[in-house]
Amino acid sequence: MADNNTQEFKPFNVDLWKYDGKKGALIPLLQSAQDTYGYVSEKAIDYISHVTGIASADIYGVVTFYAQFRTKPLGKNVIKICNGTACHVNGARPIYETIQDELDLTYEETSDDGLFSLLSVACIGCCSLAPVITINDETFGRLTPPKLRKVIRSFKRKAKELAKQESE
Amino acid sequence: MKTVKVGLGTCGISAGGEKVFRAFQDELKERPNSFVLQETGCIGMCYREVLVEVSNGSGEPYMYGEITPDRVGQMVEEDLIGGKIIEDWLVTGEGREVGFFENQTRIVLRNCGKIDPGSIEEYIERDGYKGLEKALKNMTPEDVIEQVEKSGLRGRGGGGFPTGMKWKFTRGAKGDKKYIICNADEGDPGAFMDRSVLESDPHSVLEGMAIAAYAIGSDESYIYCRAEYPKAIARLRQAIAQAKQKGFLGEKILGSDFNFTIKIKEGAGAFVCGEETALIHSIEGLRGMPRFRPPFPAISGLWEKPTNINNVETFANVPWIITNGGEAYAKYGTEDSKGTKVFAMAGKVKRTGLVEVPMGVTIKEVVFDICGGIIDDNELKAVQMGGPSGGCIPASMCDIPIDYQQINKTGAIMGSGGLIVMDSTTCMVDVARFFLTFTQEESCGKCTFCRIGTKRMLEILVRITMGEGTMADLDNLEELSGQIKNASLCGLGQTAPNPVLTTLKYFREEYVAHIEDKKCPAHECSALLTYTINDKCTGCVVCAKACPTEAITGEKKQLHTVHQDQCIKCGKCYTVCRFDAVEKV
Repeated sequence: MADNNTQEFKPFNVDLWKYDGKKGALIPLLQSAQDTYGYVSEKAIDYISHVTGIASADIYGVVTFYAQFRTKPLGKNVIKICNGTACHVNGARPIYETIQDELDLTYEETSDDGLFSLLSVACIGCCSLAPVITINDETFGRLTPPKLRKVIRSFKRKAKELAKQESE
Repeated sequence: MKTVKVGLGTCGISAGGEKVFRAFQDELKERPNSFVLQETGCIGMCYREVLVEVSNGSGEPYMYGEITPDRVGQMVEEDLIGGKIIEDWLVTGEGREVGFFENQTRIVLRNCGKIDPGSIEEYIERDGYKGLEKALKNMTPEDVIEQVEKSGLRGRGGGGFPTGMKWKFTRGAKGDKKYIICNADEGDPGAFMDRSVLESDPHSVLEGMAIAAYAIGSDESYIYCRAEYPKAIARLRQAIAQAKQKGFLGEKILGSDFNFTIKIKEGAGAFVCGEETALIHSIEGLRGMPRFRPPFPAISGLWEKPTNINNVETFANVPWIITNGGEAYAKYGTEDSKGTKVFAMAGKVKRTGLVEVPMGVTIKEVVFDICGGIIDDNELKAVQMGGPSGGCIPASMCDIPIDYQQINKTGAIMGSGGLIVMDSTTCMVDVARFFLTFTQEESCGKCTFCRIGTKRMLEILVRITMGEGTMADLDNLEELSGQIKNASLCGLGQTAPNPVLTTLKYFREEYVAHIEDKKCPAHECSALLTYTINDKCTGCVVCAKACPTEAITGEKKQLHTVHQDQCIKCGKCYTVCRFDAVEKV
C-alpha cells in the first residue's frame, strides 16, 4: 500500500467531484473518496471540508458513524465472514475461530504484512449456502473448518508467491 | 428453438450463476442459433441454485437445479439440441418439489424469475405501467388513495401502518414541495426479500413510487438503498434510465401534467437508518440518528418538507392494487391483515428461499407444506420472525395464522419478512445473545437506555452462555428490557429486548439449564460442552499441539484423548482437526 502522505493529493473521482453546493452531498463524496483510495484518509476529510465548508470534526463524526467507511487502508485480500442469522445458526463461529487461528486476525484487522483483512458482514444474501465467506469477489459456501483451512492456505501460498515475485 | 433462462439474483451469482451463464455463452458461440439465452432475477428456490429454466414456446416451462458449468455441455447436447429432458436434474414437474410454488400466491413476486429485469419491454408485456396509466388517465389522486385504503395494504417494512392513511396524511400536509422516499435499507440479518424484488423486478417499485407520488402530490423522490446491494443499485439505475426514455418518469408523464423524478441514495451501513427519521438524516448527509416524533415525516420530513416513506415491498404491491382494484387485493388475507406477505426462509429448513403467501396461512403451513419441513427431519423447535426487533415463536404456537395482530400477541412482530427456522440443535440463549450483539453494535447511542442497557444485557447473556450466570440475572434481564423499551426514542431500542423476552418466556428452562446445570441442551455454547476424540483420529498430533493447556495427549499415529480435568473448553481442538475426529457433547 503506497504511503498516502508522500503522494500528491488528487481530487478523487472527477465525475462525481462536482460539488454544486447542494445539501446532502457529504455521504456520496465520502463514498467516492473511499472508492478511489480504498479508505477515507485525513487528507480526504480536509479536502472535503475545504470544498463544502462542513467542519472536519462533523465529517469525522459521519465517517465513524457508518460501518461502510474505513479510516485505514485494507489488505490485499479481503475476507468477509457472513454473520447473518442463517450463517450464525449454521455455524459462523467455528468459521471465525478457524480464520483467527490460521491468520491471527480478529474482525476489522489487517495483517502486519498487509496481505489479509478480516471483516464481518451482516448478510451476503446466499443463506442457502450457509455458512459463507467471501474472499475478494469469490464466494465460498457450505464451509467446515477443514474445508476452510484448505481455502485459506491456498490464498496464503498465492499471496506469498506474489509478494516474492514483486520484491524480485 | 428452446429458450434458456439462468437465474442471476445475488444468491444465484453466489452459487456460481455467472459461470454457468458464461458456459452457455461459449456453447452458443460454438453452435450458433441452437438456443436462445436469457438472464432472469431471483426465482425463489435458493436451495437448488444455480437454477435454469427451459421453455420451448409451447407447453409449461420446466426447471433444472444445481447446474454447474460442466453440466452445461451435456444439457445443450441432450436437451436443447437433442430434445430429451434430463430427468435427474429436474426440480419442477411431476413428482418433484411438489408444493413449493403451488402453495404460494405471488403478487409482489409476480415477475420475479419470470422476466429479464434488464428489459422494460418484458415488464410492459406483463401489464407493467398499466397501473400508472390507469391512475393518471382515469383516476383522481383521491381515487388512488381510496383504492389503496380499500385494499387494506399495511406497511411491509415491519411497522404495519396502513399505507392509504399515510398517503392521506402526506397529501393533506401543508406545503408545495413534497417528497417520496423508498426505504430499501434492508438491514435485518437474514432478510433478503427487498433485495430480490429490486434485482428481479425493479420497475414494479418505480411504478409503485410514481403512483404514490401522483396520489400525494410529489414530484421528487429518493430510493435509499444499502450500498451492500450493488446489483440492486445497478438494476435500479438501469431501470430509471429506461423508464425516463419511455416517458414513465420525467416531465409530463404519459401526456399528463404530472412530473416525477427518482434519485438513488446509497446507504453507508447503519441498521438504525431503517428508522424513518434516521433515514432522513442520512439522506441529508448527517449521522443517521433518529429524532423525537411528532412532527411525523408526513408533516415535516426531508429538508423539513412533508415526506412519505414506504418500503420496497409496499411499493411493489401498489401497481397490482391499482390495476386490479383495492377490493381484489382485500380478498386475500384476514380481517386484520389483507393481501400477501413475502418471507425469506432460512435456517434449519429444507427449502430455503423466497416465499409469498396470503396472510392468514399458518406458520406451520409455510414451514412444512411449502418449505418441506426441517433438515434431517428433525423436530421444529421455534421460528424467529422480525429479526433483531422480533422474537422466537415456539413450535407449539406455530399453528397461529400469519396476521399482524396474531403475531404481535406472541411477543414477536411480523417484521419485514425474515423467517428463521430453528430445530433442537439451536440454542435459544445463544440466539438471544446473537441478536443482542447485533442491536448493541447498531445502537446509535442517542438514548442512554438503548446505548448502555443493551450493553449490560449482552454482558449478562454472554455470562450465561459461559456457564457463569445466576438466577438473579434472569430478573435483571427482564427489568432492563422494560426500561429499554420505555426509554428509547425509536423502534430499534423499543424492540431490541424482544428476542430476549420471547426466549425467556417460551424457553426459560434453557436459561435455567445453562445457569443451574451448567449445560447447553442444544450443544452449542462451547464453554458448556465436553470435548472428546473419536476413532476417526489419525494421531496427527495437530490438536495436541494446538491445545493451550496440554489437555490432549497421545502417541503419533495413535488415538488421542482429552483430559477433562485440564480442558478449558476453548474449542481449539475442534476447529483445528481436519478429520472430524473431535466431538462436542
